[in-house]
Amino acid sequence: MTMPSVSDLVLPAGMAAAAGLIGCFALMRRMALASDAMAHVALPGIALALAWRLNPVLGGLAALLVGTLLVWALQHRMRVPTEAIIGVVFSAALAIGSMLTPGEELIEALFGAPGAVAAGENALGVAAVVLVIAFVWRAKSRLLIALISPDMARTTGIDVPRLDLCFLLAFALTVALGLRYLGVLLMGSLIIIPAATARQLASGLRSMLAIAVAAAVAAMLVGLYTGPALHVAAGPLTIAAAAVFFFLSLAKRRA
Amino acid sequence: MPNALEVERLSVRFGETVVLRDLSFTVSAGDALAIIGPSGSGKTVLFKALIGAVPYQGVIRWAAGTAIGYVPQKLDIERDLPLTGIEFLGAKADVARLAPQEAVRALDLVGLPPELARKPIGALSGGQFQRLLLAFALMGNPSVLLFDEPTAGIDEPGEEGLYAMIRRVREAAGLTLLLISHELSLVYRYATAVLCLARGTSSYGAPVDILTPERLREMYGTPMGFHIHDDALG
Repeated sequence: MTMPSVSDLVLPAGMAAAAGLIGCFALMRRMALASDAMAHVALPGIALALAWRLNPVLGGLAALLVGTLLVWALQHRMRVPTEAIIGVVFSAALAIGSMLTPGEELIEALFGAPGAVAAGENALGVAAVVLVIAFVWRAKSRLLIALISPDMARTTGIDVPRLDLCFLLAFALTVALGLRYLGVLLMGSLIIIPAATARQLASGLRSMLAIAVAAAVAAMLVGLYTGPALHVAAGPLTIAAAAVFFFLSLAKRRA
Repeated sequence: MPNALEVERLSVRFGETVVLRDLSFTVSAGDALAIIGPSGSGKTVLFKALIGAVPYQGVIRWAAGTAIGYVPQKLDIERDLPLTGIEFLGAKADVARLAPQEAVRALDLVGLPPELARKPIGALSGGQFQRLLLAFALMGNPSVLLFDEPTAGIDEPGEEGLYAMIRRVREAAGLTLLLISHELSLVYRYATAVLCLARGTSSYGAPVDILTPERLREMYGTPMGFHIHDDALG
């Protein structure tokens, strides 16, 4: 493992910022547990991509998109409680994906393995980061009203099902961006933990978004920089750092 | 006076359960219609049908150019969200492309001091939070206000009562008001028409015709008494 250069940090830092933003709304929508489970659905996609010698991130993204549409349809078409279904379907996806993924690739798929990223993939990744951040920034008022009351959102002229779909797609894209660095088991945590930290410290929405972005980017940089020095994998170290920030925020709040 | 709303043969069912059946009524512009009835009679479901949030059969016809402000009964949110009242109102100004002063005007209309609106919503009392929701609904000058169960008796001492405030706002803004309420004495006092929903039937008319002991016993299944304030008759 070698220290990353500054240009290698643009994509992971941007991805972490997107995760912080998406996480704030996921947390306020009470999707914390669903977020974790949704990331797991990427694994069968990664396995199939490896088997067919395709880019594993694209395989993961494809599986995430299928999972996203499933969650959205469950929420809006079926009108059934989604928690149990999400838990079962996505855990099953993790189990099946684990069986399909070859042993030597499985650890990387589960926990991430940051390494050299091809220039084309890097550019596409940065474009996706910009897309997610621009969406959250433009839609933040609509997302906020819809999470307070879908009925008030409707009478304010907001197309709630469409907004939900866009949010879930941005969520899936963010997870896909993080797969290389954190894997399917840890990526959900980079979305939720910094947002939970921000919620402890923030007094308003703007400060929550800012703190979540700062905590997620800081945790990602800690993982990427100190991982090689300490000879530990960057992904688990990133999430450990994010968890430390969260516990510090609890202490700050109690103080 | 033209009709603000016409409802014809409205039915709503969830699976096998029929919540509303063949409901027809009209609301004139500027009216204050109170919707009363026992729990589970479909009052809130009627509101959700009126804003298009649940599938229904029948006809719901709003006057051309109707803008609806909606105040829900209770919200399924955690009150300790890191969100201030001003941020919540600001979100509506952003979405509906209103001037930022519109939030200040709405707060003034509902009598919520701006310094309270700058606090996180978790710090507001029940009555203050309801005023904040009402301010949100009133931003952008809606022509119709749907208000689900304004809770009487939760106002701070010395504050203008919620019902008196709603009447003042309605008269000042020329609003058509649809109000779900269980406070029959207040309905008698503030409503210009009453729609009573009960056990699959409904009755509609002036308060003085609907709010009779016989009618109420028929609708609620038990004797319903309420105190008519002297000034309500004046």
